[in-house]
Amino acid sequence: MEKVFTKPHALCDVNLHYCPGCTHGIVHRLVAEVIDELGIEGKTIGVAPVGCSVFAYNYFECDMLQAAHGRAPAVATGVKRANPDSVVFTYQGDGDLAAIGTAETVHAAARGENISIIFINNAIYGMTGGQMAPTTLVGQVTQTSPYGRNAETQGYPIRVSEMLATLEGPAYIERVTVDSVPNIKKAKAAIKKSFQMQLEGKGFSLVEVVSTCPTNWGLSPVEAMEWLRENMLPHYPLGVYKDITKEEN
Amino acid sequence: MTQEIIFAGFGGQGILFAGKVVAYAGMNEGKNVSHLPSYGPEMRGGTANCSVIVSDDEVASPVITDPTSLVVMNGPSLDKFEQSVVAGGKIFIDSSLISRDVERSDVEVFKIDATNMAMKMGLPKLANIIMVGKLIKETNLFTYDQVKSAITKMVPASKPELLENNMKAFDTGYNL
Amino acid sequence: MAKVLVKGNEALAEAAIRSGCKLFFGYPITPQTEVSAYMAKKLPKIGGCFLQAESEVSAINMVYGAGGSGKRVMTSSSSPGISLKQEGISYIAGADVPCVIVNIVRGGPGLGGIQPAQSDYFQAVKGGGHGDYHLIVLAPSSIQEMVDLTSLAFNLADEYRMPVMIMGDGMLGQMMEPVEFPEEDEGAVYAEKGWAANGTKMERKHNIINSLYIEAKELEDTILERQKKYDVIVKNEPRCEEMNTEDADIILVAYGTTARIAKTAMMKAREKGIKVGLIRPITLWPFPTENFKKHADGKKKFLCVEMSMGQMVEDVKLAIDCKNSVDFFGRTGGIVPTPNEILNKIDEISGGAF
Repeated sequence: MEKVFTKPHALCDVNLHYCPGCTHGIVHRLVAEVIDELGIEGKTIGVAPVGCSVFAYNYFECDMLQAAHGRAPAVATGVKRANPDSVVFTYQGDGDLAAIGTAETVHAAARGENISIIFINNAIYGMTGGQMAPTTLVGQVTQTSPYGRNAETQGYPIRVSEMLATLEGPAYIERVTVDSVPNIKKAKAAIKKSFQMQLEGKGFSLVEVVSTCPTNWGLSPVEAMEWLRENMLPHYPLGVYKDITKEEN
Repeated sequence: MTQEIIFAGFGGQGILFAGKVVAYAGMNEGKNVSHLPSYGPEMRGGTANCSVIVSDDEVASPVITDPTSLVVMNGPSLDKFEQSVVAGGKIFIDSSLISRDVERSDVEVFKIDATNMAMKMGLPKLANIIMVGKLIKETNLFTYDQVKSAITKMVPASKPELLENNMKAFDTGYNL
Repeated sequence: MAKVLVKGNEALAEAAIRSGCKLFFGYPITPQTEVSAYMAKKLPKIGGCFLQAESEVSAINMVYGAGGSGKRVMTSSSSPGISLKQEGISYIAGADVPCVIVNIVRGGPGLGGIQPAQSDYFQAVKGGGHGDYHLIVLAPSSIQEMVDLTSLAFNLADEYRMPVMIMGDGMLGQMMEPVEFPEEDEGAVYAEKGWAANGTKMERKHNIINSLYIEAKELEDTILERQKKYDVIVKNEPRCEEMNTEDADIILVAYGTTARIAKTAMMKAREKGIKVGLIRPITLWPFPTENFKKHADGKKKFLCVEMSMGQMVEDVKLAIDCKNSVDFFGRTGGIVPTPNEILNKIDEISGGAF
């Protein structure tokens, strides 16, 4: 019988611990497929964050380091500077990347550090059970914004892609989502482009993946996708925010 | 034999370099030496000083509490260190910049019009080396040739005029 | 090689380069900035990497990345900066990553001052960050020893797969002394790091650099395994200098800069006929306990001298099981004790012998 669907080699043959309907599984798979297609597993080194994807080091077949909360871009910088021929990526959530690790993120971008960052934005802290994130929408209810995020006292959500695109350092920044098959294909293309640009030495790239957290949003997986489209995407518009290869043309 | 010398003055007078010349010459001659500078914000235009020890024995504490010689290039430094000099020690004063006399009577005092002389020679930044010249002459720490050899090694070979100027300043102090 | 007159911070940096360290991540802070400045000048010329990080926190995590992917790497800071690095140091210890961390100590707590101090002793030898772990802590007392111990630091880090700290102070960092550098062995091959996350090359299972063990038993097992390594270090790696201790009535205990001042006090005391000796720990962890135990006769008096309010003094008491009297003299906040101050304390202890 012909095999028509298989696990990517770069993805470990283990059970992922993510909740049903969580989009981490999809994005893990996309990263692994890209590593396979580019034939770079042997020279890829990944950095796992603190957050729901803290165990990512158990899920990718390439070498992995686990970083302290928010420090993944600094760890990735150390790895890349020590091994310039390797392909280095971080996989980080919104709390890790845009709260406790803001400085590391901004400065890795400003340096044009030749690494790829996969940024999962689901507007909530998942692992700790649903607290307000730097990307939580105004009015959104979480454990620590029980009456809805109040802009007066809790400020406004950060648009990471737009913010980083103002810097000269980054080479490529795109916001994608994985709510539908066409969008999943686009997300994969973006991740692939990010890795390819790193291979070409073009510098820092970040792919923001607008994602769901059905468990902590208190929605079914299907409802969560609906909520993402109705609430997340208007605030976090999809698209390319920076691409030096386009500017070159 | 151990000589403990404190160099002190304003930041920018080349105090640390003057101390370095002595430490370097000591090293060249196989002596044990240490050069301990003051550091931090006080170095930005404030007072600067360094402690240089030249010894036949291993240098234990690099901190000088009772210098055998004191080279001072401003008033506040004389105020600060005058009392610490050992009895019978030597105090070298840049009299262009220090108007008052040394109060102690149990030390040898040498007044050198170093800054004015350096200006007249067109070498305003080398008053420190004039002071070093006089220090070496009076303490017999090193021979003339030993210091010349040290300065030659310290100044970049690519800047022969710098060596020439330093030696001019050194000679001026040495031959006073 | 001929001796050169060089500043402590620069000597340390050059020694690191000659020990095969071609990666340096740091952040400016007085009084150690010359280490960074030297690295910034030298490393790019020899194909190495100097990077000024956005924070001490980032710098230590860059060290984690570079060390975790198998390369010799160093960072350097001073007290407040070392406090910031503690998170990373704990992770590095927990993930068994070799690296060298330099602390050119200044007065604290808080922003404190910038003058020499030894008040980070507890932080260095008792943990600093969270969790059960140790650093090997080396305390040079001369510029030549800074050079020699830097080379040792890299070797110990690789041998035991752990972070090693070189603890100096502002005085050692800033002063100049003649030193002789070892020739760099260009073709040096350092320990094979089969554990490093530097790419599988599709030839092995993936390596994971990690300090997370969510199952308590698994974490305990990991810590117990690491403890075995610590036991070997405690047995094999203590280093110490002992002077005039055999006939001494009073043994001074001091490390780093303070040991040099204590040595002057010792010589002055001997001139006056008081039998004073000196124990100078070179490794602060492991503490050279055996050098103390043999003097734990209930007779000799110990006088611990530190630029702090008394931190190492606790380890001295533990080492001799409180069998002898242990006195303390210290200056702190950036004040360096003078030989005469120590001499006065010796006089006090010896019952006014002079």
